[in-house]
Amino acid sequence: MLEIHDLHVSVGGAEILKGLSLNVAAGEVHAVMGPNGSGKSTLSYVLAGRPGYDVTAGTVRYKGRDLLAMAPEERAAAGVFLAFQYPVELPGVSGATFLRTALNAVRKARGEKDLDAMQFLKAVRERLRSLSMTEETLKRALNVGFSGGEKKRNEMLQMALLEPDLAVLDETDSGLDIDALKLVADGVNALRAPGRAMLVITHYQRLLSHIVPDRVHVLARGRIQRSGGKELALELEARGYAEFGHAA
Amino acid sequence: MALDAGTVAAVDALAERYKYGFVTDIEQETAPKGLNEDIIRFISAKKAEPEWLLAWRLKAYRHWLEMRDPKWARVKHPPIDFQDAYYYAAPKTKEGPKSLDEVDPELLRTYEKLGIPLHEHEILAGVAVDAVFDSVSVATTFKKKLEEVGVIFCAISEAVQKHPELVRRYLGTVVPYSDNFYATLNSAVFTDGSFVYLPKGVRCPMELSTYFRINAAKTGQFERTLIIADAGAHVSYLEGCTAPMRDENQLHAAVVELVALDDAEIKYSTVQNWYPGDAEGRGGIYNFVTKRGACRGRHSKISWTQVETGSAITWKYPSCILQGEGSSGAFYSIAIVNNRQQADTGTKMLHIGRNTRSTIVSKGISAGRGQNTYRGLVRMQGGAENARNHTRCDSLLIGGACGAHTVPYIESKNPTARVEHEATTARIGEDQLFYCRQRGLDEEQAVSLIVNGFCKEVLQELPMEFAVEAQKLVALSLEGSVG
Ligand SMILES: Nc1ncnc2c1ncn2[C@@H]1O[C@H](COP(=O)(O)OP(=O)(O)OP(=O)(O)O)[C@@H](O)[C@H]1O
Ligand SMILES: [Mg+2]
Repeated sequence: MLEIHDLHVSVGGAEILKGLSLNVAAGEVHAVMGPNGSGKSTLSYVLAGRPGYDVTAGTVRYKGRDLLAMAPEERAAAGVFLAFQYPVELPGVSGATFLRTALNAVRKARGEKDLDAMQFLKAVRERLRSLSMTEETLKRALNVGFSGGEKKRNEMLQMALLEPDLAVLDETDSGLDIDALKLVADGVNALRAPGRAMLVITHYQRLLSHIVPDRVHVLARGRIQRSGGKELALELEARGYAEFGHAA
Repeated sequence: MALDAGTVAAVDALAERYKYGFVTDIEQETAPKGLNEDIIRFISAKKAEPEWLLAWRLKAYRHWLEMRDPKWARVKHPPIDFQDAYYYAAPKTKEGPKSLDEVDPELLRTYEKLGIPLHEHEILAGVAVDAVFDSVSVATTFKKKLEEVGVIFCAISEAVQKHPELVRRYLGTVVPYSDNFYATLNSAVFTDGSFVYLPKGVRCPMELSTYFRINAAKTGQFERTLIIADAGAHVSYLEGCTAPMRDENQLHAAVVELVALDDAEIKYSTVQNWYPGDAEGRGGIYNFVTKRGACRGRHSKISWTQVETGSAITWKYPSCILQGEGSSGAFYSIAIVNNRQQADTGTKMLHIGRNTRSTIVSKGISAGRGQNTYRGLVRMQGGAENARNHTRCDSLLIGGACGAHTVPYIESKNPTARVEHEATTARIGEDQLFYCRQRGLDEEQAVSLIVNGFCKEVLQELPMEFAVEAQKLVALSLEGSVG
């Protein structure tokens, strides 16, 4: 599903990823852990196509296609979703307008018909309920004045609605209270399907006890330093990243 | 970064995208080119005006000859040759049309193309339309229904014939003939425009709307609109404007006067989409307009809402004279400049009476090589006890070659009056664009969404029927500003 080979990425002239390789098969959930500043968010941005992240070498294939050749919105239409570590505020743009525009943009690119207002509302309400969110969220300007945890839930709401094939979650668990963490994990688990893959970036083993990963990778100094099963997360929690040296 | 490069690349877009740029092939009757007293007599005679009105026009004209065009606005254009234009152009019909059935079908088709069908049964429910084509009002819909409740809504030339006492009492009382260069010119040569009178206590049962269209080449449009809301009356009025694409610049110098008596309320909305010129700044309308409302009565209200997306140059300051005790004025504005457009727009709030209130919300969006200036005056006169003003002025920049300028003037002669001014300038964030694109929106959709969000406070002031249209227009006028 996702094949990253020898990826080198520079940001603002500094090389952050230095030959990263990683494969995620359909149906799998992989966790990426690593020290602050090691390049985890950089990896997520590159997968989503953020301008300013220069790929100097390497390849990324997604569903057999050259992911790096696609525009960000093409990637979204092809099922790539990034839950941002720092969700962005859009003043004056209501949650409802944003969600509906996004959903219909993606549907259009997939050759599906627009949802009308009623169909859309029905779809959103279901997701809101399962995330214990209120309809108030839809009326407010997107992410404006949201608490940290509300922003993260809002990311999950979008993911649930857009039903991506490849979801990259960048520290979605940070800032969530214990109940919210459980809800988010349930949401992620509900999306688990044979045709889908997920890359879960986190600092905490806690999330991984709810979302049990198929593989755990340690990203440090710009590369995957070690990979293992779910027990690797426990080991990291106990021992830290000392053996992998400092970030970058 | 990507944005700035894109702005420059975008530039060819707008010209092809101005979908109102067609010309209607229709027989025109024009006065000879140029401006002199005979032309003014010709216009006045064409309209069979009473002697007092001709005298007023001539007085304005003689005054205008002594005036110089204003230089203080932050706009640049070559000098205008006032002799190289037609001051009267009218679709050729034997008489003025008496009903819609008599309107030239070619004209009806024009308005249909513009999305303004004039057949009553096809019209947006609840909106009465006066269509002004070049110098002449060609049709006014729903007249009967309005007459039943005593509302007068007609072409100003018709009002001069049928209600001369009302016109004479109010014309030029808000914007005097000697007011400013372009208003004075308008007073001399104005051709048509709308007239509205609401008798005491009447709430207008529908939105009123005037649709202005410049068609003829080398023709100026000088319409004059006069709206009077008698005590306790309410009205919501909307004007829209388009013009064909032409290489030359055409002058549009309108005057709008509003009068609100005790407890009356006038809501005046404009969606201005005159041809903006091409990407290199060739052609386009010079939109030099004087709009002013007088809140004469106690607790009267006037609000101006404008969405200014068109014109090569926009120069207008819809203002309120807050005379009546407890009266209030509002100015909600969206001004968008793209390519080579220039806008110098804002408002004047003159607080004269006690407890008067004013609100100013201005949203300026600059893209391409556009220059956008907010210029606003808030004046608290000596008698303006406890008057309040709140001004909010936000600018949004798209790309690196455009400009946004804010020029507030605040004068207070009353220590109990309070004036608050907030201003912000921002760029569309690269992070906002990326966030939207990650969710599947292309760049233009993303810009449109972000800009519409930025303008929301103003858009929601528009009558429902037009808000959606205005939102689309905002998106359209920024097409190609990123990429
Ligand atoms: N625009 C930029 N210009 C220069 N350096 C940058 C830029 N963006 C990120 N970096 C650097 O790249 C490195 C990796 O950042 P990244 O955000 O990918 O780390 P991370 O692994 O996600 O860290 P955290 O766990 O704190 O979220 C950091 O050293 C960061 O300072
Ligand atoms: Mg990070």
